This record gives sequence, C-alpha cells and structure tokens, in this order.
Amino acid sequence: MDKILIIGATSAIAEACARKFATGEKSLFLYGRDKKRLNEIGKDLSVRGAKKVFVDTFKAEDHLGQAYKMIENAISKLNDFDTAVLAHGILPDQKKCEHSFAQTQKVLSINFLSMVSYLTVLGEYFKKRNGGNIIVISSVAGDRARKSNYIYGTSKGALSLFCDGLRSRLYKDNISVLTVKPGFVDTPMTAAIESKGVLWVKSATVANDIIKGIKNEKTVIYTPWFWKWIMLIVRLIPRWVFNKLSL
Amino acid sequence: MEYSNIEQNISGWGNYPIIKSRVLPIYSKKNIRLKGHSLIARGLGRSYGDSALSKLIADMTPMDRFLSFDDNHGAIRCQAGVSLRAILSIIVPNGWFLPVTPGTKFITVGGAVAADIHGKNHHIEGSFCDYVNSFKIMIGNGEIIECSPENNSDLYFATCGGMGLTGIILDVSFRLKSIKGEVVKVKTIRTGNLEDTLNVFEENKSVTYSVSWIDCLKKRKHLGRSHVMLGEHYDDKNKSYGSESKINIPFYTPSLLLNKYTIKAFNTVYYHSQLKKISENCIHYEPFFYPLDALGNWNRLYGKKGFFQYQFVLPFSVGLNGIKRVMTEIVKSGQGSFLAVLKTFGKENNNLISFPMAGFTLALDIKYNQNALKLFDHLDNMIVEMGGRHYLAKDARMSAKTFKATYKNWKKFQEVRQKYNALGVFSSNQSRRIGLD
Repeated sequence: MDKILIIGATSAIAEACARKFATGEKSLFLYGRDKKRLNEIGKDLSVRGAKKVFVDTFKAEDHLGQAYKMIENAISKLNDFDTAVLAHGILPDQKKCEHSFAQTQKVLSINFLSMVSYLTVLGEYFKKRNGGNIIVISSVAGDRARKSNYIYGTSKGALSLFCDGLRSRLYKDNISVLTVKPGFVDTPMTAAIESKGVLWVKSATVANDIIKGIKNEKTVIYTPWFWKWIMLIVRLIPRWVFNKLSL
Repeated sequence: MEYSNIEQNISGWGNYPIIKSRVLPIYSKKNIRLKGHSLIARGLGRSYGDSALSKLIADMTPMDRFLSFDDNHGAIRCQAGVSLRAILSIIVPNGWFLPVTPGTKFITVGGAVAADIHGKNHHIEGSFCDYVNSFKIMIGNGEIIECSPENNSDLYFATCGGMGLTGIILDVSFRLKSIKGEVVKVKTIRTGNLEDTLNVFEENKSVTYSVSWIDCLKKRKHLGRSHVMLGEHYDDKNKSYGSESKINIPFYTPSLLLNKYTIKAFNTVYYHSQLKKISENCIHYEPFFYPLDALGNWNRLYGKKGFFQYQFVLPFSVGLNGIKRVMTEIVKSGQGSFLAVLKTFGKENNNLISFPMAGFTLALDIKYNQNALKLFDHLDNMIVEMGGRHYLAKDARMSAKTFKATYKNWKKFQEVRQKYNALGVFSSNQSRRIGLD
C-alpha cells in the first residue's frame, strides 16, 4: 500500500486518513472541490512525511463521462497506484429533499451514483493490475432508513449494498473492498447539529479505526466499534414499533 | 457555522473555575465570527485558570495544518492549532527540537505565543516568542495582519504573551534548534535545603536545562530541599531509550486522596528515591521534558473541585531570603503541594505583558479550598512588595490591583489593543478579572 488515490480528500475523515498515510511516507493523489484547500492539505501532508502529493479538483455531480479521465490522471501522475479511498459525500437538508426530487436526485447522484462510477473504473483498473485495495466511506445511516434522514440513509444504504456485491465479485481478483460505517463524527459536515453527546468522536478516531481495519483485512467496519451493536439493535426493531418511534 | 446555541461546561486545566460557554470550532479563518464582545481563542486548554474562558470561545484546535518545514535551516510555519506534540513528531527525526518547550507537549502553537511560554532553559535561551519570526493574526474588525518584530511591531510585542487579548492568531512562523540525538544527559543533585539548591543553580548556570523539584512541606533546616536536574542534549547512538508510555486517569479521584499526609508521604519517598547525592544518566527527551504527559488527565487526581497552580517570579535582588520568606509562609499554611518546581529566568524580553524576568520562579499546585485563597492573597502582597509578578497562564484568582502593580506595561498594552480594535471584541474571564476589560 504505497500509492493512494483519495477522492473527496478535503473531507475531515479523508484528511485524517491521509495524515496517517503521510506518516507512512506514502505517495498520494487527492481529488477535492476546493483547489486552495487541496493545496494547503497537500503542503501539510508533505511536511508530515508524504513522499509525493498531487492534487486536482473534481465535481462528483459531473461523474458521467469524467470518472475514467479522473482515474487515468491519477494513474499517470502516481505511476500506478494500489489503494483508493472514496470519501466524498453530502449531508442534505432532509426537509428540502422531501419537497423536491431535484434535491433528492442531487444527493443520490453525489453520494451513490458517482461512487458507482468511480468504483466501476477502479474495479477494472485493479483487475488489470492483479490487485488493489478499495476503501469506501459509507455510514451507519445506511443500515436502516429513519424518517429523520432516509434520503441520506438511502444513498449510503445503496452504497453499502453495492460494495457488498462488488466485494464478492472482485474477491478472486485479489481486490479488497472495505466498507467503513462511521457513526456520529464531529466534522464540518455535521457542524449544524447542535447537541453532540457521548457518542460523538473526532475524525482522527475514525481514521485510526480505518487504518486498523485495512491492516486486519476487514470487509465492513463500524467506527467507533459500538455502532455495530447499536445498529444491530436498531435493525431488529420490528417495523410497527419503528414507525411509532421519533428516530 | 455559528456559535452553538447549547452552552458547554468549560474549564482550564485546574478545573477551576468551570463556566458555561458557547464554542465555535474553527476549521479555517472563514469560520471565525467576531460577534461583538467576550470572545477568546482557545487551544488545547492547558492554561490552568480562566485565560481561555469567555462567553464565546473560538476553538482553534481544528485549524491544525502545517504550512511549511524548512529542514535545512530549521524553520516551521504552521496554523495556530498545531500541537507541539505534532511538531516534535516531525522535527525530531530530522534532527531538530523546539527552541523552548514547556512541561507538556499538549499545547498549541497559538497558545505558546499567547502565553510566551518558557521552559527549563530560559536563563540561557529565553522564551518561545524569542524564536517567532512572524505570525498572522485576525484583529477585531476582521482584518488579517502579518506581524514581526519589524512589521506592525507594536501588535507583535503585544500579542506575544498577550493571552489572546489582541486577536486570533491564525498561523505562526518560528525557528527550531538543532540537536544531535533524542537523548538528554541528566545530572540529578539532591540538596538538603534552599540555600544548597540556589547554590547548585548558580554553579551550573551555563548548563542549558535546569530545574528543581522542591519539597514544599519541609520546615526550617530542611526548607527547600530538592532534586536539581541539569540536562543537555546528547548524542547517544548506541542505545535506544523508551519514549511515550501512557497511563490514563480515567475519572476524577476523590479529593481526599490528595491531602497533607499523602502528599507529605509522596514527597518524602520521592526525595529519598535517589540514594546517591549526585547521579548521572541518559534518558529519552520525553521523560526529561514531559514527565507528566505520561500520566494522561493527571489533573483529575485533584478531584472534581479542581486545584490552583500558583506560579510567580522574584527578582534575583531579593535572593535567598525572598524565596525563604515565601516558602516559609506556604509551609506555615499547611497547604500541601506536590513537588513544587523552581527554575531560574534570564532577563525579560520586549513583549508587553510577558511573564519571565530575571530571577527565580516557583510553581506550585494546591487543591481548591478557602484557605488556599487566603494564602494566595497574602503571598500576592509579598510578591508585589518584592517586585515580582505572576504567570497569567497559571492564574485563576489574582486581583486587578496585583496585576496592574506588577505588570508595568499594562497601559501600553491597552493602547495597542485600542489601536487594533481588540477592546470590546476579545476578552476572557481572566482579562475581565484583572481589570483589562
């Protein structure tokens, strides 16, 4: 695992992971939306020990017809790479989406469809080079649809399902697919959520769990660990009870 | 992003006082909201009292990127939220060290500038800001200004040691010192009383790092008995030395755990733990510079009520008798303190309200209680009388009268704050208490 592509590199979890990779002197290609922030992150990672860092901008909404070019660009700059982290995504305003299909479509496009686009290309590329590691940041929200955030939940649920299928198909080709399901993480994406209780963690904690998950060749990880059990219980609640809850 | 509407309980490292505050995490300068008044920037919260407490707090820790590292000349530029720990993890393997380091690496660079921190080498190498080439600061009207000793120098000398009261430091550029290895050669000398302790400091004033751990409970002929530790960076390629080991205090221990008797017992055991009068060995820099960092959340040992850190400096002119007077008062009060720390300082710099000045500095922890407050008031008067002053980064209760009597440049400091729109925008519970806001 020496050369790593990160899509959505300006997200807090991605940056925390990138720092861990940098300490290990890896080379990185970072895709993000904000050029200035990408450059800043690139500089930071170089100081922290990254061998080489390349950056470029991208827009997930424009994935159609762009995915191949994006990944080719990374292959060429890094001179081949063996690991890809897909970390981009948005947390939408659920209420707005309930009234507008256009908003919902945007969420599904960014959080799910663009992921499928990149994963399709990556799958083929890693097959050609006989191996690779794919890490996808999904969410516990995808384990069960809740009335308060089922549009986000759907996009992540579909993503987790797709990754399950992809993992099965690519297993024999020596390609691993790790689905990461974070719970509540204190990042700019969740900044609007006011009451953060004991379940909330910082992105560095999630990054530590991801690195451990890669090392131990896991397939699906919940981070922090206790979300596995929380979601198990949530999934087991019968529908007629669940519908009555205010979750 | 806005300040959270939900107030959190926040305190300094001494867990006293605890206030309710609205916190805004700052990921970049775009997040900063200068909402009228009562705003203070906060780093890792290692100041002991209320220096980083206010109604609104800008949490700078998320703003933690490195901007550049010149490995050839030993210079770093980084955002204000970067911790000394992160810096060390990068610079030490490249043969560099912090020019000045306090007793913990869990502080931010912004905090290091705001408190103009000092270490065991002040008597020769000065304080942190002496190595700061420049920094960017956001002032009260939202403008971002680059400061250095030559450029906007009035704001520079006010911000260095200015406890965050001039604005929000965004990034800092500072120099490093070159070291040959990760090891420190330490000579530890056990002394029987205060006079011996001061003599050891005098005889070893050319040693780079010196500090003494003083037993603050012994009276009369044993008053001020201590272990004086003298250290130099050393290149010992042969061995490998243990570094970061960590135990954590997971919860607040009952405050009865630390009392006059347990502390006395601990101090006695510690004092006698070194059998020889003089011992020398080599240790990793970690336990030499950061002994308490190995014990995570050690402040919880003082219980939920918290504790005070009382640190002051007395000019060399008052000498042995001055310190003896203060220490005798402390012993008389029966206010136990673990292992107080005594160091020597070199001369003061040009920073307007920076703490160090040539003399002896003593720092002690005392559990929260009413008698401690009475003792401190009494000591304050003695220290004012002797021409000394107190460290703002440790202070939780000093009066405005004491502050203004001992920090002669406070008026000039306020003029600079006025000029750069700081008044009415940036203030802390401490600044309001000591009469600056």
